[in-house]
Amino acid sequence: MTRRVLIADDEPNIVIPLEYLMKREGYEVLLARDGDEALAAIRRERPDLVLLDVMMPGRSGFEVCQTVRADEALAGVRIVLLTAKGRDADVAKGLALGADAYVTKPISTRELAVRVRELLEGGS
Amino acid sequence: MNPRARRATGALVLALAPALVLALWTFGAGAFFAWTLAPQERALLRDWLAPRAAMLLFLGLLLALALGLAVHAAWQRRVAAPARLAERAQAIVAGGGDVAIEPEGSADNRALANAFNALVRQRGERDADIERRVREASREIERQRSRLAALMAELAQSVLVCTLDGRILLYNLRALEQFRTRSDTEAPHPGSELIGLGRSVHDVLDPAPIAHALQTIRLRLQRGDAHPSVQFLTATRDGLLLRTQMVPVQDPEDAQPGRDEGAETAAAATPGATLSGYLLMLEDVTESFADAALRDRTMHELLQGSRASLGNLQAAVEMIDYPDVDDATRERLREVIRAEVRTMNARLHEVAARDAQLQKTRWPLENMPGTDLLAAARRRIETSLRCRVELDAIDAGLWLKVDSFSLLQALAHLAERLVDEYGVRMLRLRLAPAGARAHLDLVWQGLALSTETVTNWETDTMRSGSSASALSVRDVIDRHDGEIWFQRERARHESFFRLLLPVAEASSVLPEANAGAPGAAGAAASRPEYYDFDLFRDTGSARALADRALAELTCTVFDTETTGLDPGGGDRIVQIGAARIVAGKLRRHECFERLVDPQRAVSAASLAIHGIDAARLAGQPRAAQVLPVFHAFARDSVLVGHNAAFDLRFLREAEAEAGVVFDQPVLDTLLLSACVHPQQESHSLEAIAARLGVALSGRHSALGDALVTAEIFLKLIPLLEARGIRTLRQALEAAQRTWHARLRY
Repeated sequence: MTRRVLIADDEPNIVIPLEYLMKREGYEVLLARDGDEALAAIRRERPDLVLLDVMMPGRSGFEVCQTVRADEALAGVRIVLLTAKGRDADVAKGLALGADAYVTKPISTRELAVRVRELLEGGS
Repeated sequence: MNPRARRATGALVLALAPALVLALWTFGAGAFFAWTLAPQERALLRDWLAPRAAMLLFLGLLLALALGLAVHAAWQRRVAAPARLAERAQAIVAGGGDVAIEPEGSADNRALANAFNALVRQRGERDADIERRVREASREIERQRSRLAALMAELAQSVLVCTLDGRILLYNLRALEQFRTRSDTEAPHPGSELIGLGRSVHDVLDPAPIAHALQTIRLRLQRGDAHPSVQFLTATRDGLLLRTQMVPVQDPEDAQPGRDEGAETAAAATPGATLSGYLLMLEDVTESFADAALRDRTMHELLQGSRASLGNLQAAVEMIDYPDVDDATRERLREVIRAEVRTMNARLHEVAARDAQLQKTRWPLENMPGTDLLAAARRRIETSLRCRVELDAIDAGLWLKVDSFSLLQALAHLAERLVDEYGVRMLRLRLAPAGARAHLDLVWQGLALSTETVTNWETDTMRSGSSASALSVRDVIDRHDGEIWFQRERARHESFFRLLLPVAEASSVLPEANAGAPGAAGAAASRPEYYDFDLFRDTGSARALADRALAELTCTVFDTETTGLDPGGGDRIVQIGAARIVAGKLRRHECFERLVDPQRAVSAASLAIHGIDAARLAGQPRAAQVLPVFHAFARDSVLVGHNAAFDLRFLREAEAEAGVVFDQPVLDTLLLSACVHPQQESHSLEAIAARLGVALSGRHSALGDALVTAEIFLKLIPLLEARGIRTLRQALEAAQRTWHARLRY
């Protein structure tokens, strides 16, 4: 079965390469442009993994992450937080709120692909 | 003859006087009467009187007795009673007793006694009133002093108050720390401060800018300037950059006596009012200067570097689309793009790391024990809200680096939201270390919050009770370079806000925190004395040292531990400990304690006494390095030691190598004790301490023994005074005379 990945980010310049990358890895890709859209998509589509930007209009990535983790029905969804905030305090917060990984921009596409593959294979 | 006996004799003479007068008068009158008679008439009278002589004598005696009694009674009333009254009054004047006088004697005398009694009563009341007022006034002064001391101790700035010639009258903890860390060329070492009461500020600050600032202040005062304080920037010998504010201290005692208070206040601001000293507020701006420079450089590098990289990228991107570019060139252009991206990435990382460092120094965060912060938070929440707060699982050794004011405001804000909007009645505060940071949790039972609520509470401006702030919880957290989030622990049915806060680095935590060093326990128990306003009264610095009173001397009381008892045979010092006595008080916070590598083995006998073994001495500085520091510590003071000749002999052995000479006068408590108690057999430290009631603590560490010696010395001073030994000269001579002085090591 094809794995499904949701990319939630408001910046098209990062969405374009990410979408290409994920498709190239053989995943089915869904898109969301802000926090609320992302949450709705997650509830509706139950993706296997979300690439979640922290700084989004509306709900922040932190909020979306916490909401998802509060919902038992969505327990299987893997969450990778993407952010330009690189402080260790942000990393600690993201992991405390239930993210599976925390990736700081700028992103090396190769590394990101490896992390996503690990998460999807390890969690199946 | 005492007055009482004299008075009794007087009374007897007086009582007999009427009888005597009567007898003389009867005899004289009889003789005269008989002389006028003819001989036969005289015979007739004799015949007539002779048979009745006994009766006549009896009547005469009766009259004499009656008169005598009357005179005695009158004397008692008119003379003895007033005399007794006078005596009682004199006794009351002399003795100060206020026993009532029994009214007696004549009505006048009784009235006088009553008047006396009224006066005595009035005097008693007045005395009590004065005593009460004096007590109140001194309590008030004490209160103000301790308030001032507390304020000084808590100030984030260094404060020094000095006399005109630079003697330090007051300093605060911050000043002590500031100059300790740079006070010598070795590693920072608590216990060899150059700041101390009575020391010269010129030891740590360049005298030239201070003199210049004083001159400016004098000019401004002469002009009648309302704000005569001066700011200047000065660098210390060790490259510390200090922003310094000098404020004049003027002498109120120089105002004309007899003026009222208003006039005196006015005199303080009048031109020419006497300058008695100055206050220095010092702020270490070395780091902020360095920070600003670093920020500028970072910005510059970022701009220039980015511009260059972007230029390269732009050129490559534009050229790569040219149709006539061959494959090899295109590949080279791609390599340019990849390389520039790598460069920009690396640069960004570097700038981000620097920025995090700068963030930390931008806000003044204070070191604070976590327990104190939580206790303060509990007080604040419980007093303003109907809510109980428990403290839970607190790591007592954890120190935070926080702005406690805004952080308490943030905690109160969150607590108030919980109490007001969700009816929470019970909160817990929890603190635990988490790597390089700490978790501070505000915990309550059950009840989860929606993420919207959390976000609102975080970003709303803070309010608690009637006080509002322009900041939000988020601002406060950012200020700490921390994070905050809401978390649930389902298993325990618990919800909490977790605040991620920076912890204080161990090296910057106040010295009081690490108790356990010898002497530190005693010092921690007593209130720190960083000030002594008695020093304002200049006790005759012009007077020669030798003629100064012992109680006025600035002393360095010291002790050494050694490898053995034979300095001539190569035994060396392994530890020096010293404490200062200034203005008659032991300054427990101005201590010196250093281990010294003797570069030879410690004898078994000495090891048994002080327990300083080779492991503790390994890596310690040598005498040649430690002695100059101790020499600086002891500058301008009299050395005091117990059996000082012994310790001095060891110091002398090392002087040449260290390039210093201890040439100040030396007092020996052993000899002084022998002056005071010549009949006592033992003058060991233990025996004297027991005699004078000094508690022994930390014995056989150099500092412990020095502290005991210092207390003994202070107790000896009044005993020496009682024997007429007041000045340093007298004490030195007395010690010389003592037979103990003949002992030589």
